[in-house]
Amino acid sequence: MRTSTAARAGQYVALLAYLVFLAFPFLWLISTAFKPPRELGSLHPTWIPEHPTLDNFRQAFDEQPLLHAALNSLLAAVGAAVIAVLIATPTAYVMARYRGRFAKAATGWVVVSQAFPFVLLIIPLFLVLKNLRLINSVPGLVMVYVVWSLPFALWMLAGYVRAVPAELEEAAAVDGAGRLRILVSVTAPLLAPGIVATALFAFVTAWNEFFFALVLLKTPEKQTLPVILTHFIGAEGVADLGPLAAAAFLATLPSLLVFALIQRRITGGMLAGAVKS
Amino acid sequence: MTLVTDPRGPARRAPGGGRPGGGAGHGAWFLVLPALIPILVLSVGPLLYGILLAFTDAQSGRTEPTRWIGTLNFQDLLHDTLFWESFRIGLVWAAGVTVPQFLLALGLALLLNQNLRLRWLARALAIIPWAMPEVVVGIMWRLVYNADAGILNETLRDLGLGNGHDWLSGLATALPAVIVVGVWAGMPQTTVALLAGLQNTPRELHEAAAVDGAGAWRRFRTVTWPALRPVALAITALNLIWNFNSFALVYVLTSGGPGGRTRLPMLFAYEEAFRYGQFGYAAAMGCVMVALISVLLAVFLAGRLRGGDEA
Repeated sequence: MRTSTAARAGQYVALLAYLVFLAFPFLWLISTAFKPPRELGSLHPTWIPEHPTLDNFRQAFDEQPLLHAALNSLLAAVGAAVIAVLIATPTAYVMARYRGRFAKAATGWVVVSQAFPFVLLIIPLFLVLKNLRLINSVPGLVMVYVVWSLPFALWMLAGYVRAVPAELEEAAAVDGAGRLRILVSVTAPLLAPGIVATALFAFVTAWNEFFFALVLLKTPEKQTLPVILTHFIGAEGVADLGPLAAAAFLATLPSLLVFALIQRRITGGMLAGAVKS
Repeated sequence: MTLVTDPRGPARRAPGGGRPGGGAGHGAWFLVLPALIPILVLSVGPLLYGILLAFTDAQSGRTEPTRWIGTLNFQDLLHDTLFWESFRIGLVWAAGVTVPQFLLALGLALLLNQNLRLRWLARALAIIPWAMPEVVVGIMWRLVYNADAGILNETLRDLGLGNGHDWLSGLATALPAVIVVGVWAGMPQTTVALLAGLQNTPRELHEAAAVDGAGAWRRFRTVTWPALRPVALAITALNLIWNFNSFALVYVLTSGGPGGRTRLPMLFAYEEAFRYGQFGYAAAMGCVMVALISVLLAVFLAGRLRGGDEA
């Protein structure tokens, strides 16, 4: 099947347009982060800062408690990722290996949970957590994040379990290995890369999350990075552009790094989760 | 030994094996419990609680006990023109984001499925919108749209296309401007899903059609699309729901302004609940949103699926 030169050229033009569309806002964010105030106020902004500076980064740390917010984000994201994977893995195993009523109900819940508007969930959660004195606390947020990331974690992990041939487990059973033994020495090692990918995905999701954090965390010393970032934008919608861009750029780096690591696995996992033998 | 039993396999039961196709044994329940309890307590429970709240006059910080008020919230909601305006904006936003998102993602997926150079770069760049916190996406586009220091107006000025606008605070431009951001933010996920679907289409069939002299469009219609259709349908339905329920992007970009032109239903309900403390009323909004979106989605999917049977 040969594609004509003209068609090929057209394809490259289209691809280039996509590249520009995808990249330019991010490049502009980076450019803004390194510009001194005078250039930010200029009516003719340039792509490359004429006098690049790190002042915006320093100012960002002075204006808002970024380090503390990053620590809160880290606690929330790591807590959510670890707990979600710990409790989701056994359930995903059952979902993948049994095709009984439970597996159907679990899959149904995974799908339905995507349709919840968070507002219907957040009001009762707010009231429940308030009674438990878990409002304005990172552990309370972790609990919400765990439940919130469970559907996707179950979906992906069940896909990874299905990719582990049941025959391997059966062979081990024939050789006289007990159930726990099989899970620990046969299934778990094969599942490990999938578990790590799922945990990292849950980490990024929690690190990026805004709505629950906005509602549940009231004081700056408890707030996570996305909430703190919105403080850079004043009441009138006026923002100090340089520090805002600098802080936003820094907050994105962990997500980008983690995501670059796991992108292929996530894609594979979504597909594997979708394959129902 | 129930755990190592694959009910699908013929005569592959391990010692003490479970019932084929049957439910889970005690061991399985034990495995499921750690996930089941938090789901019931923090997801299913609150959801039911939320529905109940919609029939009460629950408010934040009130000392009197909350009372049942029947369907009063829903009756009020029926006459709340601001809410229905917000609902309409939500539909425009959801459709306005989902449709271009799908078309652009389909185009990109088709390109990435070709043997082009720079494919790796497109893959790498597609990570950015996907991985970025929504708040940062909002902040970033505020910088792009900024009336004075924004790159959009500067580019327009350079091209001699006028003096530029204040995109996010103009009554006519605010909603289209936030829709563009929504499309940008959701495109990669849709592209990846469609690309995966494309890679499942039978290549031989494609080549056979080409040998028979079918043009590119014809090949797409008769070979690619039928194979892609289920994936396309699923991702579009999900995108519609996700977009209708989106919050952070618009909260950061415009906070619902100017004059409520971009006030999505989620923003409206959020303000009602956590700014004005009207928990019961906001819960009723949530119920109405779920109900109407479910109906619309059912109609959409039923229509599409029927179309699929005829094809």
